[in-house]
Amino acid sequence: MNGIIASILDGLLVGSVYGLAAMGLTLIWGVMNVINLTHGAIIVAGMFGVFLLATVLGVNAYASILPLVAASFVLGVGLYWVAVHRVIGQPPLMSLLSTFAVNLILIGLGTALWGTQLFNVTVTLPGLSLGRYTFPGTHIMAAVLAFVIAGLLYLFLHHTRLGKAVRAVANNREAAALVGIPTTWVLSLAFGLGVALACTAGALIATMFPFTVLSGSTYQVNSFVVTVLGGLGNPAGALLGGVALGLLEGLATPFMPVSWTSVIEFVLFVIVLIAFPRGLFNFRRS
Amino acid sequence: MGHFAIVRRPFFWIIVAATALFALVPLWGNNVELRESLVLAAVYVTLASNLNLMIGYTGYVNFGNIVFFGLGGYFGVYFSNAFGWPLIPAALVGAAIVSGLAYLFGLGILRLRGAYFALATIGVNEAVRAFVQNFDPWGGASGLYIPISAFGQFGGPMQALWAIYFLLVLVMGLSLVLSYAIKSSKFGLGLLAIGQNEDAAAVLGVATPRYKAMAYSISAFLPAVAGALFFFKSAFIQPVDAFDLSLSVEVIVMLMLGGQGTVTGAAIGAFLYEELRGHLLTSATFSNFQLVIAGALLLLIVLFVPGGLMGWVHRRWPRTRTVLE
Repeated sequence: MNGIIASILDGLLVGSVYGLAAMGLTLIWGVMNVINLTHGAIIVAGMFGVFLLATVLGVNAYASILPLVAASFVLGVGLYWVAVHRVIGQPPLMSLLSTFAVNLILIGLGTALWGTQLFNVTVTLPGLSLGRYTFPGTHIMAAVLAFVIAGLLYLFLHHTRLGKAVRAVANNREAAALVGIPTTWVLSLAFGLGVALACTAGALIATMFPFTVLSGSTYQVNSFVVTVLGGLGNPAGALLGGVALGLLEGLATPFMPVSWTSVIEFVLFVIVLIAFPRGLFNFRRS
Repeated sequence: MGHFAIVRRPFFWIIVAATALFALVPLWGNNVELRESLVLAAVYVTLASNLNLMIGYTGYVNFGNIVFFGLGGYFGVYFSNAFGWPLIPAALVGAAIVSGLAYLFGLGILRLRGAYFALATIGVNEAVRAFVQNFDPWGGASGLYIPISAFGQFGGPMQALWAIYFLLVLVMGLSLVLSYAIKSSKFGLGLLAIGQNEDAAAVLGVATPRYKAMAYSISAFLPAVAGALFFFKSAFIQPVDAFDLSLSVEVIVMLMLGGQGTVTGAAIGAFLYEELRGHLLTSATFSNFQLVIAGALLLLIVLFVPGGLMGWVHRRWPRTRTVLE
């Protein structure tokens, strides 16, 4: 019984990092109706960023997140102007393909540089023992940071002028432009933010699990599932969706082989998408 | 227009001639190397043409289109292995099942539009892949093998490779004829109307849910047959290859390269993509950067030539519209 509870708690910790990654995806969707298929590659960029800073240069893994956020924000704004700006407002196929193209370029560069072998970032952090079970310190730290960053995003979106502009553009781009908000600029900012969130999540995942250049696709599909559970375009829902997915994984692990959990996840994903396209955690009435 | 009116049009005979040429060229000098590259091209043309029914005609982005190819492969290989069926009935029965499943699924997921539909198709592909990885009768994650004795039905492995090549070229030709026949039918007009404006089409009396599900189901059939033939030829199928989401997207790239919505564009795009890919893979300088080049090419097409090759040709020489559909 204790084993099950421990598994669930650990699932919740890891799930909140999934939620953080999905917040990046859902923020971009909510603001500009673009499904960012560079998401997986950006997560991998975060992983290798922390690998370079922490393992190669010897910076503290958690301290290295700050420069990574800054760098990935700049990268995101750049990506917006290169690949997304021209396809805003076009049929979904166009933005899916333009972001996928960038994904190919990034993954291609990554494989050329690092090959496809396994990397890991070793972080020594004391775990927390409850009875016979020890929760890894990295999992606790990652979950705490995920919630702190989610809180900061909430404060930014609801209590700063710029954040309110982002929400206004998400709500109605024409109306936002009419009241004088520089919408294009805000779109690029939102894309940068979404990319920075994905990159941070990647950095946190790297402190917990080993990774390769190709790990991105798994975490990207994982973010899709979380995003759909939480409702596309709803950052708070994404965090809840991540926690819910972690809960599901934690709950299922003691009872069935790990490979079956992904079957359940994807079936749930399709059912939720068809039956509740606004997500499970959308309490507002439409 | 009568049912067989398309056989009186020049474009139909262009398709027939191109398909015949495809089948005959590697026979000249028994060129096995060329045949192997054309096998891939025939599969790609089949996948791209059928995907075109969804993306180009109906305007629904089927991102997980490869699921039909993979499932068709699994049914074909399984029927051949477990029941000892000859390849052709195994492939046809498998494809009929895949097509039927697609119809039922289509009624559900085609209620979603735009990016939501695209996401759902990714979900369907991933769900099927995850399921097959755990499904023991189909060999789970390690997959299924075809025993060499199964090639006996064609008179040996060498003859079997040629026979399957001709069958794949036939499937490719049928895909092109099907695309063309649908485009020049009332059904196709309904699909194009849905692609332009679904609500307006519904108001004007197009039975949109049924039309969409039928297009989805039809676009599943020939890719499933091609999957059965292709994986029988490889004598091996495993979930990672059968439900490879990146091949799914590559097919979309082929469609964009040639020009979505046109029969010729889907075919030429798939053929060019296969040639290009072959050169990138074999060239020492480029093989490391194959993905980078493919990505850059795709980005340039999407941003600057969204109509693809045929879009450009049709704009440059408007008279070609009447001949090359």
